[in-house]
Amino acid sequence: MKPSTRRMAARGEREGSPWTGLGAVLTKEMADHLTGVRMLILELLVLLTAVGTLYTALQTIRPGSNNEFLYLRLFTTAQEPLPAFVFFLAILVPLIAIALSFDSINGEFNRRTLSRILAQPVYRDALLMGKFLGGLFTLTMVFSAIWLLIFGVGILRLGVPPTTEETGRALWFLLGTIFYGGIWMALALLFSTVFRSPATAALASIAVWAFFIFFWNIVVGVVAPLLGPQQITTLEQLVAAGQLQMILTRISPITLYADIATIMLQPTERFLGFVLPVQLDRAIQAPLPLAQSLLVIWPQLTGLIAATILLFALTYVLFQRQEIRA
Amino acid sequence: MNDLVLETKGLTKRYGDFTAVDHLDLSVRRGEVFGLLGPNGAGKTTTILMLLGLTEPSEGKVNVLGFDPARQPLSLKKRVGYMPDQVGFYDDLTARENLFYIAKLNGIPRDQIKRRVEEAIERVRLTDVIDKRVGAFSRGMRQRLGLADVLIKNPQLIIMDEPTQGLDPELAHEFLSLIHSLKEEGTTILLSSHLLHQVQAICDRVGLFSRGRMVLQGTVPELARKVLGGAYRIQIETEGSAAKFRKALEGLRDVNAVTVNDGRIILEAQKDIRADAAEAVVRAGGRLRGLSVESQSLDDIYTRYFEEAKHETVN
Ligand SMILES: Nc1ncnc2c1ncn2[C@@H]1O[C@H](COP(=O)(O)OP(=O)(O)OP(=O)(O)O)[C@@H](O)[C@H]1O
Ligand SMILES: [Mg+2]
Repeated sequence: MKPSTRRMAARGEREGSPWTGLGAVLTKEMADHLTGVRMLILELLVLLTAVGTLYTALQTIRPGSNNEFLYLRLFTTAQEPLPAFVFFLAILVPLIAIALSFDSINGEFNRRTLSRILAQPVYRDALLMGKFLGGLFTLTMVFSAIWLLIFGVGILRLGVPPTTEETGRALWFLLGTIFYGGIWMALALLFSTVFRSPATAALASIAVWAFFIFFWNIVVGVVAPLLGPQQITTLEQLVAAGQLQMILTRISPITLYADIATIMLQPTERFLGFVLPVQLDRAIQAPLPLAQSLLVIWPQLTGLIAATILLFALTYVLFQRQEIRA
Repeated sequence: MNDLVLETKGLTKRYGDFTAVDHLDLSVRRGEVFGLLGPNGAGKTTTILMLLGLTEPSEGKVNVLGFDPARQPLSLKKRVGYMPDQVGFYDDLTARENLFYIAKLNGIPRDQIKRRVEEAIERVRLTDVIDKRVGAFSRGMRQRLGLADVLIKNPQLIIMDEPTQGLDPELAHEFLSLIHSLKEEGTTILLSSHLLHQVQAICDRVGLFSRGRMVLQGTVPELARKVLGGAYRIQIETEGSAAKFRKALEGLRDVNAVTVNDGRIILEAQKDIRADAAEAVVRAGGRLRGLSVESQSLDDIYTRYFEEAKHETVN
């Protein structure tokens, strides 16, 4: 035994870096995702919605139409019967993230590879992190490709190059989309360590997704008035009640993502949160510079990241003490 | 470093009220093959999991190659190979790809990986199928790949949980000779098994497990002396009824027990007293048909031990 390891053992610490072997896990995960049939199906799905919405958007956005932020409107323009691409993203990104990681840990367990892997000199931290980052990087690659596709088609059809402002906003929105995927991936990873059956883990993740998509606003509508004062008499109380409702809706990652999309893709939007008509009047309808928009959505971005870290930490704690009998 | 490769002191694992492993003191010496024996549910797998830090002990100390599995898992796992009782692989990858991943996890330098993987595969004679998907492998091939997987890191200690389970006799035999050749090279091996004659064939020492406790530990002859009382079992076959010779035989020196069934007498003795036994039978007017001495088999030890244990609990 090396003296240094002995000293560490005496101090009750774990030896070595927790990320030993992370690279190996990461490469393996990405290779699995990129060559897997599952990924192919997901890619086709995203591609289909991107092309579909892009096509309808280009029907309304004509080259030379003297509108600013043409490229951003490629993401947000909806035309019957198809909703805008952002709408699809809000719904599909969670599903893709869940599909990539609902069987990360329990899959290894059921294949009986987990004990063999954990008998190698790597910490469980590295395995979890490798699985998470592998999924996240895959997501990043797919959506970067889609963004490129949208901009490519845009250049061909609109005939004008995107401005730096537009490109910057689209990139920040891409980052937001990836973080949005990250939180769902962390959730699916958590369920994949908690539930032995991948089907159960997938179902649990989808249940959470459905809850936030369909029911959260209803829940907030019921709960918010109960938490506030019984009768609203003053303006302050009205504002407070509105703000409470806002805070509650923001527990949902979907709301956070919607905020990010709104501010980043519609530069004229400058307020999130509860706004009284009086306040709106004072708002000038000129577009906000990118840096200002970023400030507005900064809490949303960090909120997504913080929630992801929280979920990941919980997963880590649960996984760390699990018995690996398989 | 001392001569002990593996040592546990008071190692205990509880699942709720149930104690799966109960204050186990186990020690394995450098270079030996140690066999863990015991009925289903005795706690063999649980013990192995604790040695590798795959489950947390409730109590007690573990030391493997001088490392503590909880604090220095990396140093430990770099040097210890583990073959679980049901080895699993990534079915859609080839044998080579599966081992590549393991080699990378072990931090083997890139330029050595290819050679090390091929050598390990060669060693278990899977070179023909090295680039075939593991999904198409038979049970025996998987088991051999499992061993290759362990060999990649050139371990000082190999821990195998029921390595020959589900193998046909020929393959099991091949497996055992592989284990034997590893021992010759100086690798220490700890294995668990139910197949007693196999354990007897390759293990230097065995530990008998029962309900989480190590009830016996030692070489096979040592155990025989302890459990069977005598080291020799002599079978005597006579013409006609054998019962009448019982008295004469019981009177001999060094005899522990005499059992008679039909025309056969089983004599348990501390020495090989075949000549005396033959003489006694002839003196008593009997005619000998057969006389043989059995070497003690682990089978007998095992059966006898658990029979006695059962009797004790019944009484
Ligand atoms: N997670 C668990 N919770 C409760 N009891 C458990 C758990 N895991 C194992 N056990 C119990 O611990 C005991 C020892 O199990 P173990 O797998 O170590 O036995 P074994 O000697 O390897 O048996 P086998 O020969 O069948 O492989 C068994 O009675 C088993 O039921
Ligand atoms: Mg077992």
